[in-house]
Amino acid sequence: MPHDPVVEVSDLSVRFVNRDLDLQVVDGVSFSLAAGEVLCLLGESGSGKSVTMRALLRLLPDYARIGGKIRLAGKDVTTMTDRQLEAVRGPVGAMIFQEPMTALDPVFTIGTQISETIVSHEGVSYREARKRSLELLEMVQIPSAERRLDSYPHELSGGLRQRAMIALALSCRPSLLLADEPTTALDATVQIQILLLIRSLQRELGMATIFVTHDIGVACEVADRVSVMYAGRFVETGPVADVIGRPGHPYTAGLLRSTVHAESRGQLLESIPGGPPDLADLPVGCSFGPRCSQHHAACDAGVPAMVPIGEGRMARCLRPLLATAEAA
Amino acid sequence: MSATVETSPVAAAPRATPKRRRTGGFWRRVARHVMRDKLALLCTVILALIALSAIFAPWIAPADPYKTSMMRRLLPPLSPGYILGTDELGRDMLSRLLYGGRVSLAMGISPVILATLIGGALGVTAGYFGRHVNMAIMRVVDVFYAFPSVLLAVAMAGVLGAGLFNSLISLTLVFIPPIARVAEAVTTQVRNQDYVEAARATGASAPRIIVQHVLANVTGPIMTYASSLVSIAIIISSGLSFLGLGAAPPIADWGLMLNTLRQAIYVAPINAVLPGVMIFAASVSFNLLSDSLRTAMDVRA
Repeated sequence: MPHDPVVEVSDLSVRFVNRDLDLQVVDGVSFSLAAGEVLCLLGESGSGKSVTMRALLRLLPDYARIGGKIRLAGKDVTTMTDRQLEAVRGPVGAMIFQEPMTALDPVFTIGTQISETIVSHEGVSYREARKRSLELLEMVQIPSAERRLDSYPHELSGGLRQRAMIALALSCRPSLLLADEPTTALDATVQIQILLLIRSLQRELGMATIFVTHDIGVACEVADRVSVMYAGRFVETGPVADVIGRPGHPYTAGLLRSTVHAESRGQLLESIPGGPPDLADLPVGCSFGPRCSQHHAACDAGVPAMVPIGEGRMARCLRPLLATAEAA
Repeated sequence: MSATVETSPVAAAPRATPKRRRTGGFWRRVARHVMRDKLALLCTVILALIALSAIFAPWIAPADPYKTSMMRRLLPPLSPGYILGTDELGRDMLSRLLYGGRVSLAMGISPVILATLIGGALGVTAGYFGRHVNMAIMRVVDVFYAFPSVLLAVAMAGVLGAGLFNSLISLTLVFIPPIARVAEAVTTQVRNQDYVEAARATGASAPRIIVQHVLANVTGPIMTYASSLVSIAIIISSGLSFLGLGAAPPIADWGLMLNTLRQAIYVAPINAVLPGVMIFAASVSFNLLSDSLRTAMDVRA
C-alpha cells in the first residue's frame, strides 16, 4: 500500500471544444504522486496548471474533453459515472480554492457547511458531524473555534475564511489535497501562515498534495517536487531545490530570472521576450522556441520529448541548460 | 435557510471559553434589524393593526357592515354611535373599513404568494438549466412582461369577468413575469458562483446543489422582491374593484368603497377619503417594510 501512488496521471490531455474552437489546453501531462508528497505546478496564467488539477476530479466545464489516464487511489477517474465521482470528491480528493470569499456559501454558517458535507459522505448524525467540524476548525487553528462554527463567511477575515475552506476540504479526510493558488487572494502576512498550515497538515495527515501557483517563492516553501508548465505541457520536472537551483529548461531559467528575490535589489529584472503563445496557434516544434535564447533550427522539427537530465529530473528540451553547463 | 443552530453548546471542552454572545439564527437577526429601523417598526405596527383588525373584524366591528339605513346617510365622523360616520347607504364606515381590510389584505398577499411559487419555479428552472429551457420559458414570460401591469390586469379581469376570484387570477398572472425574471437572473448568477463549484468539489450531487445552495441563495432576493409587490397588488386590486372588475357590491372592499363614495366627495369629503387613506397606509407600509427586510435579509451586508 505505501508504494501505491495516490495519483497516477499518464498522457493527460484536455481540449476545450465548442462550435468554432478546439483548444488543446493540456497536452501529454504525466506524473505520479505518492502519499505525503507535495507536487507544485508552476507556470504563467493560461499554462494549463489549474485545468490539469481540476481534471483530476473531473471538475471541468461540459465543453472540456479529457484524454489519457487518471488514477486516483487506484481507481480510474476518466471512466467514472457522476455517482462514482461524487464518492471520490471529498473522501479521496478535495480541493482548496483561490478565493475563500466566493468559495464558501454566504447564506450558511461555517459549521453548517462543514457538517453537511460530513453528513452527506459519512451518514453520521448532525450532532456528531458538528463535533467533527469543531475539531476541524481547531485543527486549522481558528481561534475560538466554537464561536466560529456559527459564523457566516462574511464575518471572518480573509485568512480565517481560507482556514475554514481548508477545514471544509479536510472534512472527509482526503488522501489527496488539491490547492489552487490558495494564497493568491490573501494579504502577504497571512499567505505564509496559510502555507505553513497547509504544509504541516499535509505532513501530519500524510496527504499527497498538488499545489498550483505562479509564485516561485510559494513553490520553494511547500513543494517536494516542481513541475513547470508552459502552453499546456510539462517543460521541466524535478525536486524543488534542483529545479530552482539549477534550472534545466530555458523557460524555467527565464522564469527565475524574472522573479524578485533578495539579490535582485537595485538590478533591473530580466523578462522573457515575447508573450505566451496562442493555444489555438502553437508554434511548430518546441512551443517555447520563438522566445528562447537557445533557439536552434532543430527545435522547430517537432515537439521535443521529455528527457531525463539528472537524478529524478526531466526536461522537454533538445539542449537542456545542464547538459551545456556540464559540457563546458 | 436551514441554518439549524443547536442551542446546546457542543460537549463542553475543558478549556471552553466563557459563554459569549451567540450570533443567533437568521430570523432573529432580521427581526433585530427591523426593530432598530424606526420607520420599519412603525410600518410593522400599522400592518399588524390592519391585519389584526381584519382578522377579528366580526368581533370588534361596532356594527353590521351591511346594514343600511336611509335615515343616517353620510353622517360625518365622530357622530354618536358611528365613530367614522356612515357611507352613502348609511352603513357604518368603521365596520366597513375593518371588513374591507380582509379583502384588501387577501388580495394583496395571495396573488403574490401564488405568483412567487409559480414564477419562482419557472425562473429557477430557466436559470439553472439555461440554454433552450431558458429560451423557451423566458421568451413566453417576456410576452406578458411587455404589457403594463395595470392594463394586463384590467384586460384579464375583463376577459375572465368581474369577481374577486377572477381578479385574484389576473393579479397572479400579472406578477408571474417580473418574479420569474428576478428568479432567473439571480439563479444564473448563483449557478456560476465558486461555492457551487466548491460544493461539487466536495462531492455534492446536482439535485443537492440546486436544493441546498441555489435555492438558499435565491429565496432571499426573490422574497424581498415579492414583498415589494404586495403594495402594488393592493393598489391594483383596489383599482380593479374601483373599476367594477373586482369585488362586487355590497362586499366591503376599500377600492369599491372609494368608488361608491366618490359621488359624495363634496358632501362628505372625509368619509370619501377614508378608504383611500387605508389603501395608502397599507400599501406604503408594505413597501417600506419590504425595503427594510431587503437590507436585513442580506446576510452579506
